Amino acid sequence: MTAVAEIMDYDEVLERFDPVLGLEVHVELSTDTKMFCGCPNFFGSDPNTQVCPVCLGMPGALPVVNGKAVESAIRIGLALNCEVAEQCRFARKNYFYPDMPKNFQTSQYDEPIVFEGHLDVVLDDGETFRVGIERAHMEEDTGKSLHVGGADGRIHGAEHSLLDYNRAGVPLIEIVTKPITGAGHRAPEVARAYVTALRDLLRSMHVSDVRMDQGSLRCDANVSLSPKGSGEFGTRTETKNVNSLRSVERAVRYEMRRHAAVLASGGEIVQETRHFDESTASTSSGRPKETAEDYRYFPEPDLVPIAPSQEWVEQLRTTLPELPWQRRRRVQQDWQLSDEELRDLVNAGALDLVAATVDAGASPAEARSWWVAYLSQQANERGVDLASLPITPEQVARVVELVGEGTLTHKLARQVVDGVLAGKGDPDEVVAAEGIEVVSDDSALQSAIDEALAAQPDVADKIRGGKVQAAGAIVGAVMKATQGQADAKRVRELVLASCGQE
Amino acid sequence: MTSTASGGDAELTGLSASELAAKISAGETSSEEVTRAHLDRIAAVDPEVHAFLHVDADGAVEAARGADEARSAGGAASPLAGVPLALKDVLTTSDMPTTCGSKMLEDWTSPYDSTVVQRLRAAGVVVLGKTNMDEFAMGSSTENSAYGPTRNPWDTDRVPGGSGGGSSAALAAFEAPLAIGTDTGGSIRQPAAVTGTVGVKPTYGGVSRHGLVAFSSSLDQAGPCGRTVLDAALLHEVIAGHDPMDATSIDAPVPRVTAAAREGAAGDLRGVRVGVVREFGGQGYQEGVQQSFRAAVDQLTELGAEVVEVSCPHFEHALSAYYLIAPSECSSNLARFDAMRYGLRVGDDGSRSTEEVMSLTREAGFGPEVKRRIMLGTYALSAGYYEAYYGQAQKVRTLVTRDFAAAFEQVDVLVSPTTPTTAFRIGERVEDPMAMYLADLCTIPSNLAGNASMSVPSGLSAEDGLPVGLQIMAPPMADDRLYRIGAAYETARDAATGGTLLDRVPRLEVAS
Repeated sequence: MTAVAEIMDYDEVLERFDPVLGLEVHVELSTDTKMFCGCPNFFGSDPNTQVCPVCLGMPGALPVVNGKAVESAIRIGLALNCEVAEQCRFARKNYFYPDMPKNFQTSQYDEPIVFEGHLDVVLDDGETFRVGIERAHMEEDTGKSLHVGGADGRIHGAEHSLLDYNRAGVPLIEIVTKPITGAGHRAPEVARAYVTALRDLLRSMHVSDVRMDQGSLRCDANVSLSPKGSGEFGTRTETKNVNSLRSVERAVRYEMRRHAAVLASGGEIVQETRHFDESTASTSSGRPKETAEDYRYFPEPDLVPIAPSQEWVEQLRTTLPELPWQRRRRVQQDWQLSDEELRDLVNAGALDLVAATVDAGASPAEARSWWVAYLSQQANERGVDLASLPITPEQVARVVELVGEGTLTHKLARQVVDGVLAGKGDPDEVVAAEGIEVVSDDSALQSAIDEALAAQPDVADKIRGGKVQAAGAIVGAVMKATQGQADAKRVRELVLASCGQE
Repeated sequence: MTSTASGGDAELTGLSASELAAKISAGETSSEEVTRAHLDRIAAVDPEVHAFLHVDADGAVEAARGADEARSAGGAASPLAGVPLALKDVLTTSDMPTTCGSKMLEDWTSPYDSTVVQRLRAAGVVVLGKTNMDEFAMGSSTENSAYGPTRNPWDTDRVPGGSGGGSSAALAAFEAPLAIGTDTGGSIRQPAAVTGTVGVKPTYGGVSRHGLVAFSSSLDQAGPCGRTVLDAALLHEVIAGHDPMDATSIDAPVPRVTAAAREGAAGDLRGVRVGVVREFGGQGYQEGVQQSFRAAVDQLTELGAEVVEVSCPHFEHALSAYYLIAPSECSSNLARFDAMRYGLRVGDDGSRSTEEVMSLTREAGFGPEVKRRIMLGTYALSAGYYEAYYGQAQKVRTLVTRDFAAAFEQVDVLVSPTTPTTAFRIGERVEDPMAMYLADLCTIPSNLAGNASMSVPSGLSAEDGLPVGLQIMAPPMADDRLYRIGAAYETARDAATGGTLLDRVPRLEVAS
């Protein structure tokens, strides 16, 4: 297949080239209202129900800046270790497109609100990689075009298009990295880890829903290759439609392999926008640009410059929550975790869940054990995120509590958790409904023990003879007879007592 | 007053807004009676003048009745309650079309009222209709209207100025005692000058632009037009003031312009320093205009003002800078007219792409002057040209602003002729855009600097008997100075000539 020939083996890519990445992440802010008008900023309403003369670009309508969005932009900048501009302006980015009501986007050009920062990203093996932040600026989102009649909802071959302007004017922050160099073979991983870290950071700050599936966090991945050791940047491509963390990694990897194949065969990379296809994990050329875009940027005359006072910036700095990496460091100390344990916890996406479970009363070890082991396995089997499992940290904490009280054994606890996951209610309801309970009535246990000893007289003799380790076989038999509903520790005590070995 | 206001109750249509307001307030007449008199006058003379693109007779009468009811209930909404007004068709109204003089917005009605209109309505002012204008306010003659030119009541073969020629002609033809204009490079003042009426461009940010369909956002400013300085002041106070819907609106008290106009009418300008702009005169200025201007300056001196000559060396570059900045902003502001959401749509027969429909619509919907400016602006903002054109123009703008600042350290106001010539003939400059642009030579600096500026009639030019305007310029938020000096001058001029300038406007033939 030609498609295979068009990409180079990944190891060979790295022998010959150094990858250079640039990531542009668009984040929709979860402000109550849009960037320049009072329309609600809410995802999922009926088309064109959240619009007004301003966000529809009606004649005579004027923008007014959403102060909350400016506040979020500054806070994001501070969290990314950026400098905050003493004064900055909005600019108009002029181009015609039907989903953009004014046919210009109100954005920022050469005066971003924050600039020059970095984000330290933890990779899968716990190593930290520093990604430089060039700038973050404020702008408004466009509406959405729905192309009808073509393949995959793309404009090519579409018969007509429908326009929904609910999203037009939603506040966006675009965060642009500096060129990411030196990542080598880990470049795709760095890309994913960066977007993950950014997502976690923004989520902890409550400034955005950061849902890649809903488009409230979107990543454009710029990739170029530099011949090994040359230090010269190659021509880049910009891949869009990268809608999940996994796709970020796959898109970067694919583009590296494709670039390498083109370059190795003496071809030239075309600077273009490429479209990532989730199903094939490959990219295809976007609409070719016949001429270079000239956006004719100029300062937005309808808005006055933004000049955040030093006092305000410092006040906003105090509102930053504990940042994810600071929190991880604290959790590691508080819960006494090894680097490896911490990494497993983070990679499982379980940190928040474990913390909430601990807050609900469980010990860190028990909480971690449930989420990282059994529940992660359940999530995998169902193909969902850990956080999407239908069980709450409070419910997990209650199960832990029931085990601690001796009401449940570990085995029974799993049955209860399964019940919760199956939608049978809270742990206590599952216990009551299913009759799951530790058999703690000694007389009931004693008869089972007597039966087991009678059934295995040779083992009974060994125990009576002082070989207490042989009690395990009897305990096992009793547990089996009671279908696991007995407290194994108590059974063992009773077995030993029955054989005169107290 | 005079017989000039025939067709309609001449006695009522000949009165000033303040006189009408006083009569209505005293119960000597009603707003409905006044409004009907003006509607009758419009019906009689507008077929000749063509000041209006849309007359809302029913809406006006209804609003007049509302004002009358409010008055009889003891609650007149404002000092102008019940007085009719003509509105430039570039301010949005939810009950009338807003065309901006363009085919692009033929029959388009805005879903919302502009802030200016909201304030007019709240003040009980009766909106008679929408006045003609150069398309999207681009022009100095009203000939660029897609709906045909407006004629100057002083000589119907001549233009009434522009872009707000409809508003100025409506005043001069006694079709309305008040009007609203907008001024980007002189579109209130130059029409006022050539029709013998008063027009004020308030300080940029003084009047909300919300609902003013943008031509050049950093220059556009709505303002009051009237036949007297006092009327303009009363209207100024109705429409001015901070508006949270306009980020460039100034959040400060409105200058006390009505008090200043009343004070000025007493005629004492002792202690007032007036600067004559050296650069505005000489070659290219009609002799009658220069004579009228010199006479006006003498009049100010007689009133006690201290007159000095002031140099503003960068004003000579203002016109060039303006014709880069305004088209640049216009090229972006007018991008929204793309057939997708409102207005004209051409070529949508199912066979054409979105881009083709956009292109065909803009080709058909915009007139030649609008296209010229869109192309100029698109070019000026292009990569590689931005610094040389737009960037350079912004530098000139800063220098012009500094010239003003330096001048206002020496004087309280600056004066100049409003425009270099009297009204030119319809068609005379249509083929020569540069000649047309020169009409705004003296008015543009105030737009670039964002300060306040007025045109007040200074008499008739000796050679053609047509009106000439005196321009008075004041620093930002010192609009009150315009009214004090303007009213003092107006009072002295009327006393000297034994009546107002408009007493001498020719009687218009009444349409049968």
